[in-house]
Amino acid sequence: MTAGLRRFAANRLAVAGAVVLGLLVLFAVLGPLAYPTDQVTTDLASANLPPGADGHLLGTDALGYDNLGRLMVAGRVSLLVGVLAGALATIVGTVWGAVAGYVGGVVDAVMMRVVDAGIAIPAIFLLLVLSTIVRPTVGMMIVVLGLVSWLVPARLIRAEALSVRTRDYVVAARAMGATHRRTVFAHVIPNTVGTVVVNATFQVADAILLVAYISFLGMGVQPPTTDWGAMLNDGISFIYQGAWWLILPPGLAIVLVVCALNFVGDGLRDVVDVRGRAA
Amino acid sequence: MTTALPAAGGAADAAASPSARTARGGFGRYLLRRVLQSLVVILVVSVIVFALLHALPGGPARGVLGQQASPEQIAAFEAANGLDQPVVLQYLSFLGRTVTGDLGESYLLNQSVADAIGLRLPKTLLLTGLSLVVAVLLAVPIGVYQAVRRNRAVDYWLSALAIVAYSTPTFFLGMLLVLLLSQTAGLLPAAAPQGSGVAEVLAQPAGLVLPVLTGAVPIVATFSRYTRSATLDNLAEDYVRTARAKGTVYRRVVLRHVLRNSLTPVVAMLGYHLPVMFGGALVVEQLFNYPGMGLLFWSAAQSSDFPVLLGCVLVISVATVVGSLLADLVQALLDPRTRGGLR
Repeated sequence: MTAGLRRFAANRLAVAGAVVLGLLVLFAVLGPLAYPTDQVTTDLASANLPPGADGHLLGTDALGYDNLGRLMVAGRVSLLVGVLAGALATIVGTVWGAVAGYVGGVVDAVMMRVVDAGIAIPAIFLLLVLSTIVRPTVGMMIVVLGLVSWLVPARLIRAEALSVRTRDYVVAARAMGATHRRTVFAHVIPNTVGTVVVNATFQVADAILLVAYISFLGMGVQPPTTDWGAMLNDGISFIYQGAWWLILPPGLAIVLVVCALNFVGDGLRDVVDVRGRAA
Repeated sequence: MTTALPAAGGAADAAASPSARTARGGFGRYLLRRVLQSLVVILVVSVIVFALLHALPGGPARGVLGQQASPEQIAAFEAANGLDQPVVLQYLSFLGRTVTGDLGESYLLNQSVADAIGLRLPKTLLLTGLSLVVAVLLAVPIGVYQAVRRNRAVDYWLSALAIVAYSTPTFFLGMLLVLLLSQTAGLLPAAAPQGSGVAEVLAQPAGLVLPVLTGAVPIVATFSRYTRSATLDNLAEDYVRTARAKGTVYRRVVLRHVLRNSLTPVVAMLGYHLPVMFGGALVVEQLFNYPGMGLLFWSAAQSSDFPVLLGCVLVISVATVVGSLLADLVQALLDPRTRGGLR
């Protein structure tokens, strides 16, 4: 494990990514405690203020919300939806892929055609259709995003499970009378954990991007709740007045967090590869 | 965008690996199997779309008649449109209509869905095609250069830059370009060309620059990475050493031998990349108000125009399935290592 940590620490971009990620989480979660602002009632008297005016460090938006404070509460939604949707997608995909790969045969073929069909429908189109059917609350976004993005992990884990199922310890477990369910959950899935963890990182990054896309297209969480994508959607009408403070902060926040997750994922992959080589 | 950048190659490898295995058993058999597989996938897609249509609150009748419809009106509509029949029969008739190109009528456009899509699809293909050409012209040289300079500082920085570009939402990139090139510098118009035909759009080339550029950057980020790794694989091949041993200049080996061999997997990746490109088109068209299929889909989502939404999903999904089928076939045909059973 310490060897893994050392390997991770050797990847400077991964370490930087982890630090940035930590800071952004702190900013979103604890920021509002240090910099309390009203993000529910509008204040039209102080709308569209530039940065610095009247104690608003990053100015205000068209409804008079303090922009820095809004960046924090929006970050909570973006990060929460991203992490939980990524986790949900990882869990569903892992179980689906492990079962398909372990059972094989017709079951595998049917399960993987379902995955193929799901991958054939681009997630963003499916999400827009679904958001016209269900009300896009935070909880609903997590479920819907999770349910459209489990397909890639399912493919990856199936490929792993296909090789794991022929290993001696799986054969031995079966010979000793372990049920199929036990074999899958106690032997197949734990032995794909490296792939699962690395993919989960990318899954969260993609979920954060997707939720930003949905909100930017105006089909995400509804006001007064907001996220970074929705802030950009609100800010776009002011781009022609040069109101950069409504555009750059939420946009850069998305880029930073997605980059950080990708770098961390790369670092984790180095760690997992090392373990694979040692085994 | 549904696939993490590093995982994208993995998904394609998984899709391509059966080709390597089965090609030895005869390309004809492999072709047949992949085509049948794709048909099954398209069938499953049609089931999903059909299910979505019926997942509407109140079903399709409520969708067409609106929230105010009385139970009698709904019953009459359902009887008139066969919605009171068993679900399986309804699905079969839906399938029959779809196969004959009847995707239903738009609620709002006073146009059949097939016409609405047919009018806008060429413009989306134009925009996406231009982005693709620009992107490949940039990505291939960058990827080859990175492979030749592998693990040097310049390779490291270009890779990091690709991740940054990949992590930037397309709409944010587009907004930045508008802010810089249109608002501040005043070089280019921020609005996309308008018009109903491809010719009218092409008559306004200045307006195309920002949308094409915005669509191209994410593709460059992904494909420079593919090119880099494909080139690295080929640089390690024996024929490179042979050519060098014969005294061929390194630059010539890279440009004449390695490049040609690395382009095959990269071109095949384009086939797997279709869903991402359609997703990109959706955002770019909405951002720049470009009258293509993406904008059609977006406006349909705003107004809950379900026949248009589901028609678009169906068209895009079929295109995606055909795209990855073609990519698999191209790889099986062109890659000498999977060509075994061909002769």
